[in-house]
Amino acid sequence: MSDRLLEIRDLQVAYGGIHAVKGIDLHIAPGELVALIGSNGAGKTTTLKTLAGLLHPAGGQIHYDGNSLNDIAAHRRVTLGIALVPEGRGIFARLTIADNLLMGAYSRNDQHEIATDLERMYALFPRLAERRNQLAGTLSGGEQQMVAMARALMSRPRLLMLDEPSMGLAPLMVQKIFETIRDIAALGMSILLVEQNARLALQAANRGYVMESGTITLSGASDELLGSDAVQRAYLGG
Amino acid sequence: MEIFLQQIINGLVQGSVYALVALGYTMVYGILGLINFAHGEVVMVGAMLALSALTAMLGWGVPPLLALPLSLILAILGCMALGYSIERVAYRPLRHAPRLAPLITAIGVSIVLQNLAMMIWGRQYHAFPQLIDNQSHLIGGAIINDIQIIIFVMALAIMASLMVVVHRTRLGRAMRAVAENQHAAQLMGVDINRVISVTFMLGSALAAVAGLMVSANYGLAHYYMGFLLGLKAFTAAVLGGIGNLRGAMLGGLLLGLIESLGAGYIGDMTGGFLGSNYQDVFAFFVLIAVLVFRPSGLLGERIAERA
Repeated sequence: MSDRLLEIRDLQVAYGGIHAVKGIDLHIAPGELVALIGSNGAGKTTTLKTLAGLLHPAGGQIHYDGNSLNDIAAHRRVTLGIALVPEGRGIFARLTIADNLLMGAYSRNDQHEIATDLERMYALFPRLAERRNQLAGTLSGGEQQMVAMARALMSRPRLLMLDEPSMGLAPLMVQKIFETIRDIAALGMSILLVEQNARLALQAANRGYVMESGTITLSGASDELLGSDAVQRAYLGG
Repeated sequence: MEIFLQQIINGLVQGSVYALVALGYTMVYGILGLINFAHGEVVMVGAMLALSALTAMLGWGVPPLLALPLSLILAILGCMALGYSIERVAYRPLRHAPRLAPLITAIGVSIVLQNLAMMIWGRQYHAFPQLIDNQSHLIGGAIINDIQIIIFVMALAIMASLMVVVHRTRLGRAMRAVAENQHAAQLMGVDINRVISVTFMLGSALAAVAGLMVSANYGLAHYYMGFLLGLKAFTAAVLGGIGNLRGAMLGGLLLGLIESLGAGYIGDMTGGFLGSNYQDVFAFFVLIAVLVFRPSGLLGERIAERA
């Protein structure tokens, strides 16, 4: 199983009386950037939340690095190397940017390395460096997305999950965020990217899955999906 | 002028105790959105525990200056255990219940603790033993005694330490993160339940100290003493802006001053019709005024999360 960092089999999730995920299979190899696309309400966010441990599966198996994740609490999954940048970013608005990033390193004990990583994040996002002592709630949407991503990276994840990183951002900022995603992927990190902007996501990804009302309807290499008629019609406005 | 200064001194001393208790209300509210109405009872238990330990130790011949800190530590540990248990037994099972359920439970816990205390310590007032030669000092015509000085200095030192913990440590950062967004804090690897337990224990430790202070200051402890004290400290927390730590401290000191000045001048204001025994009126007048004119309290403003 060394070619699979994450493997999901027949995952089902129900909450609030809705059967949001109805038995999906999905896998990610080490270093792979995988896009999960689909329309609103398809179950993409539910899938990510379940992988992060915020929701509990009603059935199926989640294997990570060869071990079952099903019974592991959300806060322990961070230690295993799983990080989620949630939809709406979930930054701590009343904490400074520096404190937000340090929260990202909460599960780590290597003080010295944390300080180094902090400087690395400031180098990756110079905008945040200038404002490190400002409250995160005073930032623009794009800057908050940077905080959320930098914060997730501070846990040194092996699997980074991003939920709609482009949502609500100006086109220029979207480009910048996607550049950063590609840079991170180039470092060898596995990424699971959920996006409504299917074209952007597939252009960045190695492979993709298309999700519709709780099931995976299509999957394959990004180029194939970008070229497929079904995807063209439904998500690319072709 | 002497009366004015005297009331300021009394107000600051009493207010610093309110502030310690108000911090307990505000920390729990900040994290759980729950008014822990049993918190006043934790103060009472702290006072009773400290007093029992003190009396016992003095009986065994332990020197007073050793018995006092020992009984304070005992009261703190006892209250921390109590605070932990209250959260674990009464509030945690209701974490996802409608807000009214834990609120009613809090009142229930308060009644249970009062009655348990009555069974253990009886209905009578317990006198606080004279431990130190409580000397009085004259400043500008007003009197301040040693116990008052100790209470005020100790309260300020404790509040300063709490601020350091909350704003400068990993634990404090986690507490602020949990207060703001529990899901996001979990995603950072924070064990929410642990942080909530620690918050209850910290608040209860402050309550224990406050309990000992009140009983030392008035020379009395009683199973019912937590009720009014708790309500007033809650008022102080609301005045400062509930959920805000600086607000709780400011609210506590202000409430102490308002109450003390009110009690000092109520006779003059009403032409002798009302006496200083009406001082409790002021706290609740303040509560009503805050709720009507500034429900978010003096420092209770939030920064909105932008889209």
